[in-house]
Amino acid sequence: MPIARSVLKSPIFIALAVGLALAGCASKKPLPDNANGLGLNNNGGASPGSQQDFTINVGDRVFFETDSSALTQTARATLDKQGQWLSQYTNYPITIEGHADERGTREYNIALGARRAAATRDYLVAKGVPRNRIKTISYGKERPVAVCDDISCWSQNRRAVTQLAGPTG
Amino acid sequence: MIHMKKSSLIDGAKGFRASANSAKILILSLLMLFGISVAAHAKLELDLTKGTIEPLPIAITNFSGDIGAETSSIVSSNLKNSGLFAPIDPAAFIQQISDPNAVPRFEDWRVINAQALVTGTVSKEGDGRLKAEFRLWDVFGNEQIIGQQYFTNPNNSRRLAHIISDAIYKALTGESGYFDSRIVFVDETGPKTKRVKRLAIMDQDGANVRYLSKGGELVLTPRFSPTHQEITYMSFAGGNPKVYLRQIETGQYDVVGDFPGMTFSPRFSPDGQKVIMSLNNDGISNIYTMDLRSRTTIRLTNSNAIDTSPSYSPDGSQIVFESDRGGRQQLYVMGANGGEPSRISFGTGSYSTPVWSPRGDLIAFTKQSGGSFLIGVMKPDGSKERILTEGYHNEGPTWSPNGRVLMFFRESRGANGGSKLYSVDITGRHERQIPTPSFASDPAWSPLLE
Repeated sequence: MPIARSVLKSPIFIALAVGLALAGCASKKPLPDNANGLGLNNNGGASPGSQQDFTINVGDRVFFETDSSALTQTARATLDKQGQWLSQYTNYPITIEGHADERGTREYNIALGARRAAATRDYLVAKGVPRNRIKTISYGKERPVAVCDDISCWSQNRRAVTQLAGPTG
Repeated sequence: MIHMKKSSLIDGAKGFRASANSAKILILSLLMLFGISVAAHAKLELDLTKGTIEPLPIAITNFSGDIGAETSSIVSSNLKNSGLFAPIDPAAFIQQISDPNAVPRFEDWRVINAQALVTGTVSKEGDGRLKAEFRLWDVFGNEQIIGQQYFTNPNNSRRLAHIISDAIYKALTGESGYFDSRIVFVDETGPKTKRVKRLAIMDQDGANVRYLSKGGELVLTPRFSPTHQEITYMSFAGGNPKVYLRQIETGQYDVVGDFPGMTFSPRFSPDGQKVIMSLNNDGISNIYTMDLRSRTTIRLTNSNAIDTSPSYSPDGSQIVFESDRGGRQQLYVMGANGGEPSRISFGTGSYSTPVWSPRGDLIAFTKQSGGSFLIGVMKPDGSKERILTEGYHNEGPTWSPNGRVLMFFRESRGANGGSKLYSVDITGRHERQIPTPSFASDPAWSPLLE
């Protein structure tokens, strides 16, 4: 009786990994300089103590290196200003949103955003903002502000944003 | 040779977790005509233990009857998409099958080198039910391999085709199939800066898409219960991101546990009684379980790092997860009750989203290396790493119920880019896109339906 069997050929795994090394590491480049870097630096008309004043004149966000929640010198300088402003204008509830860029896996980025939000909060608390005034939330990589596929956008998305209100949707 | 398909019901465990099998059970009987005794061992068999498998040429004739042609065409696509079978172009057929229950002229099928032949019919019964019959023939062995008959209500016509596909797959490979199964995933619409994400469910081949949520809140990482018609997932409802449990049929949902911080990255235990997930506390993420009956929570890891993406071994005795405790994301295995984890990933790059195969033999993962995102598998001890696909961004593998195929999402570049679902078999040779209405991500494969 003829027996039909599948024919077996060459070994399974051809090196799919070839060429992976070419793409290079997408991390090192200067971070955006908060509000200035985002073109928000038109000072006009923001009345002192307003949300606009905070966003434009203080800077509502800080940026991080890839996979890092360490506060850079620039970030600390921004948070110093935020701390002063928030201590002066005490009527705002504060939510710190932690975000990650798209070059990571979903679950890890959720956790990384939480780590960035916590680092930012801890710094502000150390600067005298009452801890119970601050909520934190992580959006992981779900809410990018810049959507190109290179470092210029990714570095804007690795951020912690101090919102003068409850969490946004 | 012929296996009776079990239609076992699984009891609902507690509270709103109703019993499984809202999907209607197909009644099945088996046919063996003509007294052709089936040989004690199958002559025609695909040996899946070998590395590269040449697809088996198979002739799938148009089934007769009301929705016969539609059924046999789904069977043909399923078998082709598995990468294990090569359906022969019907234009090459010599014999036109007029009676699907008659013994075919095997010599006509040998001429076109069909190794196996499928004939069948699907008709409406007087009571409105569908009746399907099919026979699988060994062309070179001159005999019937299996013949089966099913009755079901007409809403199940596609399931009928999937069940027939699974029966053929099993008869020819000796392993159970994966066609009668579903995918839960996240449907994505709207601009990249503010994506609308909805929970959705579909057949494994992309048919029958149904939306489970409306998009009012961000939802991520849905996972099937192995035993119930329910999913666990993460939702940002109310600006308070948490792990939820949701009944597929009723839409009823509830937060899992009363944890003080954000919970995320949920997955069921193999017995369906526990959800394992990460809890974030002050930027530190550790792994916890919650028993769904007793509501008892147990902390399993105790690091100052990010421990996430936990997945049980199929016997429930071990857990694989990712952690950046050593600097970068790597894979670790620990016992089901915690304890000191052992690192299993040591290649160049970082490793994440591990998922244990339902067969227990492999762990699939996402790997980031040299600016690319790859999908690969390794043995549970970390040896024998193999990369199955690579590119700009591949992420989040999920296993077919038989552990032969992975589905994952692949994101395209740029402002208008987005994710689509793909599947690849564990040889890495057969990759294809699964059609979805919009962008789609976070697929999770169900067990075989009951």
